[in-house]
Amino acid sequence: MHSSLHSSSQQGPSEQGSSHRSDISQQISAVPLREYKGGLLIAVKATLVRDLTLLLRRRGEVLNPLVFFALVITLFPIAISPDPELLAVIAPGLLWVAALLAALLSLDSLFRSDYDDGSLEQLLLAPQPLAALSLAKVAVHWLLTGLPLALMAPILGIMLALPAGSYGVLALSLALGTASLSLIGAIGAALTVGLARGGVLLSLLVLPLYIPVLIFGAGAVQAAILGDGVGAHLAILGALLAASLMLAPWAIAASLRISING
Amino acid sequence: MWAFIHKLGSPKWFYGISAKLQPWFWVAAALLIVTGSLWGLAFAPADYQQGNSFRIIYVHVPAAFLAQSIFIAMAVSGLVFMVWKIKVADMAAAVMAPLGAAMTFVALFSGAVWGVPTWGTWWMWDARLTSMLILLFLYLGVIALRGAFTSRDSASRAASVLAMVGVINIPIIKYSVNWWYTLHQPASFTLTSRPAMPTEMWLPLVMMVLGFYSFFIALTLMRTRSEILRREANKRWVQDLVKDQVEEAR
Repeated sequence: MHSSLHSSSQQGPSEQGSSHRSDISQQISAVPLREYKGGLLIAVKATLVRDLTLLLRRRGEVLNPLVFFALVITLFPIAISPDPELLAVIAPGLLWVAALLAALLSLDSLFRSDYDDGSLEQLLLAPQPLAALSLAKVAVHWLLTGLPLALMAPILGIMLALPAGSYGVLALSLALGTASLSLIGAIGAALTVGLARGGVLLSLLVLPLYIPVLIFGAGAVQAAILGDGVGAHLAILGALLAASLMLAPWAIAASLRISING
Repeated sequence: MWAFIHKLGSPKWFYGISAKLQPWFWVAAALLIVTGSLWGLAFAPADYQQGNSFRIIYVHVPAAFLAQSIFIAMAVSGLVFMVWKIKVADMAAAVMAPLGAAMTFVALFSGAVWGVPTWGTWWMWDARLTSMLILLFLYLGVIALRGAFTSRDSASRAASVLAMVGVINIPIIKYSVNWWYTLHQPASFTLTSRPAMPTEMWLPLVMMVLGFYSFFIALTLMRTRSEILRREANKRWVQDLVKDQVEEAR
């Protein structure tokens, strides 16, 4: 709901912006581009610093997913039952689903403001590979969404009477899992950034792809409660992260190109 | 080889060759499905455990086969479109998606109907049912994404990327759902533990599977042809074709 309001209010200026942007890109294409050798790390670092600065100045956007996470967790005892024994059984799943939805909610703004003000086009024009630069953007997204969610989850776990001994695994599985979620979700965000109302579509595209992460993330916490080994679950979460680190940046880059040209 | 691929990429050439291929696949589909279903539904022996209810298999299994194959075919078409810019591949991918979603739904629905006599319930969070349901959502995502773009070229490329991302994820989803299922629910029933199917039960099933595949190919050819006519409506050869047909009708 937040995203649709945001995008509809932005529609006017973005139309103006696009005609303005095409002027600029024509001017730029007339200037011969210089290839910087070894400029990749500098560009990645510059993207990291820029995105971190921008997001830290819009604290509301960073805080919203966290508040959403806490709110959704509050709804469940009210809707189901305040009984601690029952809550303890369903807590791992609830925490994971709520964190996943909170991460999903923050995805729409991942490329949105850059798309609206034209800086995404500048990233595309940069001589450095777009995949690396978008990886930097996703890393910032995880740092300011996934990691805070993972750190906050144990507090909400106490409120849901999560059995002792599983708090560390909860935070660790969320930290590992949300990194994959950010990477996979960024593909959907990149595909829908050019659409005026991409918010609901984004969740339709991304949620089915989130299921493996959810299974092993919630499974790790369940295993920790039952006293089983959590190593296997965390290892598979790590494997999913490694696979998405390898493949997702290319899909994100291709999707951004589609969204900009379309 | 390359000349052949580029020929295949020309909508006009494809329109001609598909007109010749199409009837064969329709005939094969009709023959196989009619014989297969008559044999399977009326003449094959009843299952000693499930009685006559097992006959749902003759619809359920071919539909489930197609549901998965069509997604792979769609992703391959998407790859061909993205790499070689062959437009016919994208047209085929566009017309395959609704059929794939329909087949997934048929597989889910027939599975649910089958569940009533065998498991005593319409829905179980069985590993295969769950991964089929996720496959249906993946199909709906691809269809919705294609519909959301105003520019056709962007829509085609976005749908191709999503189909490829989806096809990489399908095995991962399948294995993780299997793991989830074995961890959470002990198998209270097994469909696979009964003795291997006798030939009279198995042959009609093979016929039905082949028949469904022929039907899929024939329908895809037919719908790709209409898609070609729609997308190439302002090309000279399509306008000539229409003019000829109008004159013939007079």
